[in-house]
Amino acid sequence: MSEQPLLEYIDVYKSFGDNHVLRGVDLTVERGSVTTIIGRSGIGKSVLLKHAVGLLQPDRGEIRFEGRNMLELHQAERKELKKKFSYMFQQMALFSSMTTYENIALPLVEGTKLKRDQIHQRVMDIIDKLDIGDVAEMYPSQLSGGMSKRVALARALIDEPEVVFFDEPTTGLDPIRKSTVHHMIARYQKMFQFTAVMVSHDIPEVFEVSNKVALLENGRIVFSGTPEEIMSCENEVVCRFINGREESPVHAAG
Amino acid sequence: MSLRSEIWNEPLTVLGRSAVNVTQALGAVFLFMFEALAKIFVPPFRFYYILQQIHFIGMKSLFVVGLTGLFTGMVLGLQGYYTLVQYGSESVLGAAVTLSLLRELGPVLTALMITGRTGSSMAAEIGIMRISEQIDALDTMDIDPVHFLIVPRYIAALISFPLLTAIFDCIGIMGGYISGVILMQINAGTYMNHMVSGVVMNDVTSGFLKAFVFALIVTTISCYQGFYAHKRGFGAKGVSAATTSAVVVSSVLILVTDYIMTSFLI
Repeated sequence: MSEQPLLEYIDVYKSFGDNHVLRGVDLTVERGSVTTIIGRSGIGKSVLLKHAVGLLQPDRGEIRFEGRNMLELHQAERKELKKKFSYMFQQMALFSSMTTYENIALPLVEGTKLKRDQIHQRVMDIIDKLDIGDVAEMYPSQLSGGMSKRVALARALIDEPEVVFFDEPTTGLDPIRKSTVHHMIARYQKMFQFTAVMVSHDIPEVFEVSNKVALLENGRIVFSGTPEEIMSCENEVVCRFINGREESPVHAAG
Repeated sequence: MSLRSEIWNEPLTVLGRSAVNVTQALGAVFLFMFEALAKIFVPPFRFYYILQQIHFIGMKSLFVVGLTGLFTGMVLGLQGYYTLVQYGSESVLGAAVTLSLLRELGPVLTALMITGRTGSSMAAEIGIMRISEQIDALDTMDIDPVHFLIVPRYIAALISFPLLTAIFDCIGIMGGYISGVILMQINAGTYMNHMVSGVVMNDVTSGFLKAFVFALIVTTISCYQGFYAHKRGFGAKGVSAATTSAVVVSSVLILVTDYIMTSFLI
């Protein structure tokens, strides 16, 4: 019998007014893997991610964590579950009035009963691991794009989550820094042993660090498989996306 | 449907829809306020953030409130003198200035000053946190955004508004003294004597009660507008609309509430 997926989207629907963003999404995420969701801009990839952490509620369908429907959990259970998740936002969402150190320490200060010196130890550990010691006393507005990503990653990993969601972690970075961030995520995923779910546009670069790739198109997952499988896939939608081609007028009309 | 019934139905539909929208908005604002007020008593108590907000709302408003108080008192002294002197009653200037400040102008002008200075920045700061996903980030970290962001502002406002009002009143009374006694040469003893005899404790407490209510109004409106800035428009436009609404709605509500409270307290 195959191992139960860590996270499952089952027939998930979500609309914003007349805009039907998700139309029956089915997706599984395996424990300890890096799953990347790809798709065109504005297709609903971030919306899909936000459902898992409870920022959005589906109109229909189920989202299961370790086999349990997250929507049916009691408040206390949902609170416990939230502690297992971490979310790295597209725009980092660092608190502009706090220093890098305070930003990283925040989940521990607010979410745990650790003593001040224990928190300091944990924060300094991750600051060392991510090599951001030089900017510990700086404010987010003083950081470069790449450094902000590392700080956001440090904050996402500080409370040792089981699952980390990365919402377009390389947006706005140059190709070299994109590659650095991808490899940084892969390295820390191995180091901290978390499950990663990532939204990205960076193909084929992101395939290097992914165990599984899912293509979201027209509100559904039209392909899900390993990077090798997607590269050799002959599905027209997949080929068009991978090769960066628009739908031709003939196809569009048809 | 006939043309006549359409002509009658359309305005009624618009009116009905507007009434429903207003009722929903009011309900949402009240629920927001009650949630924040209830969470004041829920730990953790973030003393550092509360002190930060007291510094921001109270300390940083001190200069503008003091300056407004001084000139309000001076104008009251001058206008009061020229009005009262026509009836030979200039001796009661001290009481007139003090009562006007304690009952009405102190709490109202202080609240309006704080709205302009602090209410707008509260709405903008929280609004920017909303559109830059910082509030969502709090949620994903299992930190209650209302408890973390809004509650310290409520506590700080409830402490700062009455204190600033008291400072406004004191400086305003000094301003009235400068106009009446120093410039217009009213006898200082007469001025002070009528001030002391004309004011009762109820005048002081009603002013503080107003300051307390205005603190609730300004904080609720400003924080609510900022917290839901994303519903007002996209990005900077939403924050801009939220900030404008925070100032306009707070100011109007301060004046309306002042009238209503005065009707009951007088």
